[in-house]
Amino acid sequence: MSFLTLTHLQKSFGSVKVVHDFNMTIDKGEFVSFLGPSGCGKTTVLRMIAGFEIPTGGTIEIAGKDQTHLRPNQRNIGMVFQAYALFPNMNVFDNVAFGLKVAGKPKNEIESRVKEMLKLIHLEHLADRYPYQMSGGQQQRVALARALAPKPEVLLLDEPLSALDAKIRVSLREEIRQIQRHLGITTVFVTHDQEEALSISDRIVVMNGGKADQIGTAPEIYNRPATRFVANFVGTLNVIEATLVNGATGVVKIGEELVSLPQPVSGKADGQSISVAFRPEAAMVAGPATGPAALTGTVMSSNFLGSVMRTKVDVGGNIISFDIFNHPSALRPKAGETLSLTLQKDGLMVLGD
Amino acid sequence: MKRFWAWGALIIGLLYFILPLIGMTNFSLKMRRGVYSFDAYAKVLADTRFQETFTYSVTLALLTILVGVFLVVPTAYWVRLKLPFLRPYVEFVTLLPLVIPAIVVVFGYIRLYNTSSWLPLTGTALGTDVLLVAGYTMLALPYMYRAVDTGLRTIDVTTLTEAAQSLGAGWFTIITRIILPNVLVAVLSGAFLTFAIVIGEFTMAALLNRPAFGPYMQVLGANRAYEPAALAVIAFAITWGCLGLIQLVSRFQKSAQRPV
Repeated sequence: MSFLTLTHLQKSFGSVKVVHDFNMTIDKGEFVSFLGPSGCGKTTVLRMIAGFEIPTGGTIEIAGKDQTHLRPNQRNIGMVFQAYALFPNMNVFDNVAFGLKVAGKPKNEIESRVKEMLKLIHLEHLADRYPYQMSGGQQQRVALARALAPKPEVLLLDEPLSALDAKIRVSLREEIRQIQRHLGITTVFVTHDQEEALSISDRIVVMNGGKADQIGTAPEIYNRPATRFVANFVGTLNVIEATLVNGATGVVKIGEELVSLPQPVSGKADGQSISVAFRPEAAMVAGPATGPAALTGTVMSSNFLGSVMRTKVDVGGNIISFDIFNHPSALRPKAGETLSLTLQKDGLMVLGD
Repeated sequence: MKRFWAWGALIIGLLYFILPLIGMTNFSLKMRRGVYSFDAYAKVLADTRFQETFTYSVTLALLTILVGVFLVVPTAYWVRLKLPFLRPYVEFVTLLPLVIPAIVVVFGYIRLYNTSSWLPLTGTALGTDVLLVAGYTMLALPYMYRAVDTGLRTIDVTTLTEAAQSLGAGWFTIITRIILPNVLVAVLSGAFLTFAIVIGEFTMAALLNRPAFGPYMQVLGANRAYEPAALAVIAFAITWGCLGLIQLVSRFQKSAQRPV
């Protein structure tokens, strides 16, 4: 059942159109991430949901009620900002209590709700601290508690982890997801970090140039990107040139190997050149257990990344990047060596535009 | 050698400012022949006109601060939040009192609000007081606006406003519970400067014929010898007290914003 509905949403700043006909429905309790590069319009859509920007066209509905022209303080929405935005003149307790006080809740109700929220974020012991006395991660958890305290219908997270260091970012995103699941609150999360989006979202909206290029679950977005932009933006992608042998059966020739693609190829004539893409994990070093080699090339570099060795191979001018899992007896290719690779057929894709 | 000239310039500067003050203070203590005494101060403080004019000026200063805060804080906030393109123009307007002499302004007031005008404010004492507060507010505008604007620059006005809005707060709540408390130190700086200006202001109060401290100092100076010097020292002490308070609250703000 759709809870948050965005219909034909548009936004222009002067003559610049930043959001083009954006449509989406989000279910109650769903965690949706807007993912895209800077300037793709993801934050603008979020700000329109919050009421900070008035749409040039289209409607925003929450639980069936039109919110398009309501002021931000008339919408029951909680928001967490990248810059924490805790009120510097208030301590943690008063920050979390602010929304409840504005709503005119009784004192005892405010106190119990604030305590409940502080317990949720494991910061009960810091109720008397001021924002300047806390770390960035603690401040952002307080900002989350503050946004959740008035029991909003929708929670909006505007790049809440961007200002934090890498370790805190990972632990806090897991905490956010856990709290979101616990409360069952409909959440929209804006990020430009693909790993963040892939790891915690029910669905991801990949935005490009003011519109949604693809909406889907993390595996769908990663394994079956709808456009070349999505494929390039999410994860690492290898693209190689192949010759279409039989479009109806999806057979292409890569190097000297005939390879069957997972699906037929339409819109191209047999014998034409097509771009075949695959993720690093779809390639592996050819050996007795992996079947015949599809590609042979020269190792350009091999970088140790801890759990894997990220290796780059030049195959007839195409640079193929793939990973070798690290273990004591793992192959450690050296630059200049010749290496043969096998491709997993179900990992191959033909990209649309 | 460079140090010698730097110290020399500093000492000459300090002597230039301090010697007249020392001379004036010394003179104010010599009312009783042959000995130092606080007779002049006692006389000034016991004078009912001093008490009346000082109370009047303090009252007007407090009213001016109130009007200034109500006028400047929302204006500076709104300009920063919604109308940043207007900032240079607003700054220019707030600087006008520094280039337009008070006497010109007060003649303008008298011409506009005299007893035969459509709004005869000068016809009553209360009306003239209102006019005087308006004039003082305008005189203090360059200092109050700059102080508040500098305070607003130290906080993320837009994000704090949006955070408060998302929590259900309206404009009044945002200004009174979020913005004002966070620029309070800046507002206090502006308020102390306003207080110092109003306490010593002469032109407007004299031409509007109100019993303020400035005209009292002038009358006393024209008719007495030692009391005016004592009064000047008292006025200096008040001004310096205000400047000291600005320093104190500024220091308080610095410690409050120290990061972890």
